[in-house]
Amino acid sequence: MKSIDKKTVERVAHLSRLELDEKELELYCAQLALILSYIDKLNEIDTSKTQPTSHALSTLKNVFRTDILKASISSDEALLNAPAKDGDLFKVPPIIGGK
Amino acid sequence: MENLYSLTAHELIASKKSKIEIAASVQGRIEAVESRVKAFVRVNKASSGGTQGILAGIPVLVKDNICVSGEETTCSSRILEGFKPPYDATVVKKLKAAGANLIGKSNMDEFAFGSSCETSCYGPTRNPWDLDRIPGGSSGGSAAAVAADETIMAIGSDTGGSIRQPAALCGVVGMKPTYGRVSRYGLIAFASSLDQIGPITKDVEDAALLLGVIAGYDEMDSTSVDTPVPDYKRSLVNDVKGLRVGVPKEYFIKGIDKDVEGSVRKAINTFKELGADIKDITLPHTEYAVATYYIVAPAEASSNLARFDGVQYGLRDNSAKDIIDMYIKSRSKGFGNESKRRILLGTYCLSTGYYDAYYLKAQKVRTKIREDFDNAFKGCDVIITPTSPTPAFKIGERMNDPLSMYLSDIFTIPANLAGLPAISVPCGLTAGGLPIGLQIMAKPFDEDTMLRAAYTFEQSTEHHKLKPVL
Repeated sequence: MKSIDKKTVERVAHLSRLELDEKELELYCAQLALILSYIDKLNEIDTSKTQPTSHALSTLKNVFRTDILKASISSDEALLNAPAKDGDLFKVPPIIGGK
Repeated sequence: MENLYSLTAHELIASKKSKIEIAASVQGRIEAVESRVKAFVRVNKASSGGTQGILAGIPVLVKDNICVSGEETTCSSRILEGFKPPYDATVVKKLKAAGANLIGKSNMDEFAFGSSCETSCYGPTRNPWDLDRIPGGSSGGSAAAVAADETIMAIGSDTGGSIRQPAALCGVVGMKPTYGRVSRYGLIAFASSLDQIGPITKDVEDAALLLGVIAGYDEMDSTSVDTPVPDYKRSLVNDVKGLRVGVPKEYFIKGIDKDVEGSVRKAINTFKELGADIKDITLPHTEYAVATYYIVAPAEASSNLARFDGVQYGLRDNSAKDIIDMYIKSRSKGFGNESKRRILLGTYCLSTGYYDAYYLKAQKVRTKIREDFDNAFKGCDVIITPTSPTPAFKIGERMNDPLSMYLSDIFTIPANLAGLPAISVPCGLTAGGLPIGLQIMAKPFDEDTMLRAAYTFEQSTEHHKLKPVL
């Protein structure tokens, strides 16, 4: 059985921009350990000579197109769902010098 | 006279009933049963669709992770409550152009993370065949609504079985097209290398009809494939003589429900009687598909869900003092348990020191799984399996055990990993009266042969005509 300590889960939570209370932390530690133990079964397979799949269909090529200016949604439409705005801009709390 | 709501789209089109009559019939049905089924997150009471186009006036229910301009689209998540997209998804644009009546949005597992519809912030949808049971997921609302005759057709999305598994558990038809067949522009992304949009319908003919409307290349989705869309109506050929049907031994495992196995074996026998050539095949890496998926899908999801930060749309926590704190508080408040679990798992698998051991390893095993199918399809045209190892389970039964929930998708995940088209069609009921689904998989872009097999099976059986009593 794999184990994953609280410190690791806390670090991953911070990377994910999530905060967990003590109860959540314990729950996710236990559940992630269980899931990761199950996932470990992949190590039964020798993949030393296997190429990774990044796209399910190997026949596809990169898509290129000419960069042509086209109409897009307006600033007003883009701001329709903004939790806070200021004129034409999304408004957010301080990035530097907050707290 | 038969109620209009109980008909299929092709029957309604042939009936020449007016869009007003059709809309009224379906609205009446929604009023009668929706309080028990809870398949919708929003109902458009006043809409009736267009008068032109091949789906003129036909009610179509769209899953709540697909953008409809000006209509709330939430992925059944608190973090997107109130979000009204300023544009239509390409499939929605195509449905509108075909005259479809978009009657609302269907309930789903939050961000499509689940196999039971229980992780929705609106609460679970119920299985019309037994209201104490789950409808499957994540497109549970779409499948339940079709089964309950609350809509004529529905659209779902399928990342690891999210169209086929609920279709199987609700006794309807659900199809995941080939990766790239249908544009995903306007589908709120879960796992970009796996997601695909597809139809959920009452029969195979309607699935072919709806696929024909939504399929095709779209310059707004760089993963959509620029190959011509065939006339899928021509796939509806009632003949499987000489068709080579592969039956993989790895899909008849310990733990599979005996009624499910029995019905699927019987279905295989039906194919044999109809003249198909049944072949025993092997897909040796099948047992690794779930483990592969639960690295690839959460990893991609954790990256896709990074956009929900409270800046441009969705929930924002206003108590935060700086921007990082705002991200953290908004996300922690807005995401439900399963979303948090998958974001954590995905971030872990992608983080420094773990990437090679998890994500890269999974991408390599994914190659092995694809190669299994490449080899198998050298000797057969379609592959037949059960869609789900068990019928619908009880609400709450697997909620505290994520791993057992993940294993519900054991038979549907491989098609996503390999990008293949796959369809689930009804193939019987358990002794307890719960629907069972038969899965048919085909080569990439060979929806044609897949539909022919599904159609022939349906024409020779009565399973798809069974309806729940509500």
